[in-house]
Amino acid sequence: MKTVIIKYNAGNIRSVNNALLRLGYEAEITAEPEKIQKADKVIFPGVGEAKKTMQYLNETGLGDLIKELRQPVLGICLGMQLMCSHSEEGDVPCLNIFEEKVKKFILPESNPQNLKVPHMGWNRIFDLKGDIFDPSIEGEYVYFVHSYYVAKGEHTTATTDYIHPYSSALQKDNFFATQFHPEKSGKPGERILMNFLKL
Amino acid sequence: MLAKRIIPCLDIKNGQTVKGIKFVEIKEVGDPVELGAFYAEQGADELVFLDITASHEGRKTFVDLVKRIARHINIPFTVGGGISELKDADALLNAGADKISINSSAVRNPQLISDMAEHFGSQFVVTAIDAKQLQGDDWVVTVNGGRIPTEKRLFSWAKEAEERGAGEILFTSMDHDGVKQGFANEALSKLSDMLSIPVIASGGAGSVEHFKEVFTEGKADAGLAASIFHYKEIAIPDLKKYLKKEKIEVRL
Repeated sequence: MKTVIIKYNAGNIRSVNNALLRLGYEAEITAEPEKIQKADKVIFPGVGEAKKTMQYLNETGLGDLIKELRQPVLGICLGMQLMCSHSEEGDVPCLNIFEEKVKKFILPESNPQNLKVPHMGWNRIFDLKGDIFDPSIEGEYVYFVHSYYVAKGEHTTATTDYIHPYSSALQKDNFFATQFHPEKSGKPGERILMNFLKL
Repeated sequence: MLAKRIIPCLDIKNGQTVKGIKFVEIKEVGDPVELGAFYAEQGADELVFLDITASHEGRKTFVDLVKRIARHINIPFTVGGGISELKDADALLNAGADKISINSSAVRNPQLISDMAEHFGSQFVVTAIDAKQLQGDDWVVTVNGGRIPTEKRLFSWAKEAEERGAGEILFTSMDHDGVKQGFANEALSKLSDMLSIPVIASGGAGSVEHFKEVFTEGKADAGLAASIFHYKEIAIPDLKKYLKKEKIEVRL
């Protein structure tokens, strides 16, 4: 099996590769269209800013390439947000694989729990559906770092409550996405990655 | 709900873990990768590795160590110590660090926070502040492990760091560090109220009750400690069970 991690102008791509190595999988980090198209599994990671990253994906043609992939594709964090229809971060149209929209977290006026933005740390995932989750993961804690969120929609396969419930995972056809970082989420994260790799 | 984080901190010298008691006496307590993996297994939510090596060769050893940590540990980790330029941070990012922590270099050159946030994103930039209480609300920011007082004051500096794009504030009270009588909860609570980014409390942990207090009275988002974990005075699973029983949200 050939797994590729899409290389683009976003940080910490290596940590996804490290997580795969821990699970006993080799992956290639690449931006070469042909290698991405031919891979059995594609991971689209990302830490960064939506507008700049979308510009890069549009200029390089990587954006169109990702949309047309037919093998299982997993978007992580910013990767997930870029797979949605639009992001409020820089008010930018995204890849529109998922019709859901990306919005900014707004702290409530009354904030007795001192909630912060970004949503950073370990939070729980509920109402799990779809192929990369299994019942053992329901309610588990996973690691998040983000200031924008995907509203709940038709393709939501996990929800997390921070300020309000939102989509912490999405699935449509061959496209999967998690807002949290499975590569940094201890054992539950490894299980989710494993489920994806075994699809 | 978002869980409160428990963060063991490992001081590293020449690739080995050490813990300075009040930053002066030093005693080796193990291999950083082994110790880090042990803590991750025990339920630590994040790890901090601070390089206290000053030499150039030591820096290279540290970057190699960060690569090994990233390869073996399945939870997020922050690295700090001796980062004074973008290229230092870049080397650590490429080695696999999730966040970097800057302290004295940011005090000397506040623009560094803005540059790092712009370059790598706020989530990558932890600003660490070591401060000493003068009186009441007046805390002086110190550098070089608490030895040198500066012109800056804790609250205004923390606010400036946030405005410049810091993703988190790691506040160490030099009066509480190593004393094990509890965290600086009053100052922490004020920080947490005035900032919209997470606050990591450091300095003073001596018992499980101190962690409860830092999350309730101190309103901290995370509690960091070193020696009590390294010397097994508190085991992380016991600490988390205690906090859960006390109705504090933790990841178990």
